[in-house]
Amino acid sequence: MSPARAEPAPRAAPPAGAAPAAPLPAPGPALAYDVATALVLWRRDLVRFFRQPSRLAGALGQPLIFWFVIGSGMSGTFRMAGSGTGYLAYFFPGVVLMVVLFASIFTTLSVIEDRHRGFLQGVLAGPGSRASLVAGKTLGSASVALSQAALFLLLAPAAGFPYGAIDWPLLVAALALAAVGLAALGFAVAWFIDNVQGYHAVQMTLLVPLWVISGAMFPVPADRPGFAAAMRWNPVSYAVSAARRALAGPDAPGALPGSAARDLAVLAAFAAIALAAAVLSTRRAPRA
Amino acid sequence: MPAAAPARLALKDVAFHHGAREVLRGVSLEVRAGEVFGLLGPNGAGKSTLFSILAGLLPPAAGRFWLDGREIPAGARALRAASGIVFQSPGLDGKLSAEENLRLAAAMHRVPRAEARRRIAALLAGAGLADRAREPVDRFSGGMRRRVELARALVHRPALLVMDEPTTGLDAGAFQAFWDEVLALRRDQGLTVVLTTHRPDEAERCDRLAVLSGGAVVACESPEALRARVPGDVVVVEADAPDALAAEIRARLGLPARVRDGAVHVEREAGHTLVPRIVEAFPAGRLRAVSLRRPTLADAYLALTGASLEDAAEVAA
Repeated sequence: MSPARAEPAPRAAPPAGAAPAAPLPAPGPALAYDVATALVLWRRDLVRFFRQPSRLAGALGQPLIFWFVIGSGMSGTFRMAGSGTGYLAYFFPGVVLMVVLFASIFTTLSVIEDRHRGFLQGVLAGPGSRASLVAGKTLGSASVALSQAALFLLLAPAAGFPYGAIDWPLLVAALALAAVGLAALGFAVAWFIDNVQGYHAVQMTLLVPLWVISGAMFPVPADRPGFAAAMRWNPVSYAVSAARRALAGPDAPGALPGSAARDLAVLAAFAAIALAAAVLSTRRAPRA
Repeated sequence: MPAAAPARLALKDVAFHHGAREVLRGVSLEVRAGEVFGLLGPNGAGKSTLFSILAGLLPPAAGRFWLDGREIPAGARALRAASGIVFQSPGLDGKLSAEENLRLAAAMHRVPRAEARRRIAALLAGAGLADRAREPVDRFSGGMRRRVELARALVHRPALLVMDEPTTGLDAGAFQAFWDEVLALRRDQGLTVVLTTHRPDEAERCDRLAVLSGGAVVACESPEALRARVPGDVVVVEADAPDALAAEIRARLGLPARVRDGAVHVEREAGHTLVPRIVEAFPAGRLRAVSLRRPTLADAYLALTGASLEDAAEVAA
């Protein structure tokens, strides 16, 4: 607009000598903004994680204690039918999934606080779409979860799984899909619940039982069809099963009937559904 | 929309409700390129909701939007890409350094990396934070953080700067510095600025103000024009019992006296003739001080809406 244009109020035009307002630049391609936004969020979660030594220590210490204390306590009474597997070895893949589960819960928690007072406000007001926000936050959260799992997996030889015998591609694929799915689910819950206490309550009653009945702590009781059905519909079961196969071979004790490919396919479907749910949840306006 | 000189940003009949409560009832505005445009109102007037809609955080229930005369959907990417946003609540990642916060914002807006580095160095130097660029923002004072927030909103050289109560919690020096910077940007880069405020001294610095009350724009003009709506002067009388004194001034002198901020205010033309009348009407010691001043925007807001800008502001503070 020309500053020379006559205006009713004397100060309505910019003062004389002001730079003329530049015309608006055309915004770039939408996808490029979305990718940029997702990368920013991804990077941010990783930078924050590796900068906090207490989180790194907790990431290794908590599952280690959990595995060792519960594992040792149970090892006297546990006997896997038809196999010589000790409980510490049986429990190890389960604890790996627990690491992924808790990391996903805690890293998506920030969505609640952050979007009303904090960094996510700027992302929401930025040029990226809400789907790119979901993608970036989920990738960041999943990467933190995988990093924590990797730390714990350093102990695999102590549980009887030498590094060289592990099917790493299968393990990484299973954990990555599980982490993306759980993080996206956490995102959807965080967006929908919108308060920290409610988020914890929902996650603890939803996700922790999923882990408990996933075969992580004990195998499917063959004489309880209801239990077996619950396990079959539980995506975490397939992650635990795939982790067992990656660590102890295709017929690992405790793995679900079926193949590793089936486990991965179920996990991929779970991740896709959870991502869709997270993207849909962001359509809902946040509370003002 | 006028075809000849379209407003940089225009909105028409923007509405928003929160349940049954109408927060915005048909707000229409035109912000011209290069002007500093204020949304003036106390808490609850709807200005923060309007800010959230402009920032793309909140979808309006109704309303149309134009950017440089081109109609856009509410919260369109074109608007988000062209705007720098300064939130009232902190919008930085406290665990990251000032430099990192700015770098992430620049990356989100696809500023090339080398260019971003140059701009970030210049912005932080301009904010007097060059030597603390690598410290986590958590360790900064409120004023320093505000400067980083402003720098972050500017890192992609937006055409529009949209701010929600940007100077809340700043002391007088920081307030002045913040505004010097904003006005310099407008002068040098032709930046268009839209901000919400409840502070009369901040509203004074705007070219035009939309006065918001109860979710509607009741006036939209320059600060001078708004102040001119209050006829004459304001006589302020300070006393120990302002309510009783106001009642007495009304009864004995027949003047429209009301109490605001613990002092009696009388708005009158030729207020200087009123001062001796009030002083003579009361015994010595009854009045602590009598002063005469030109109407402020707070007086104008009261005259326009019947509601006080300061009272709500105090509740908010």
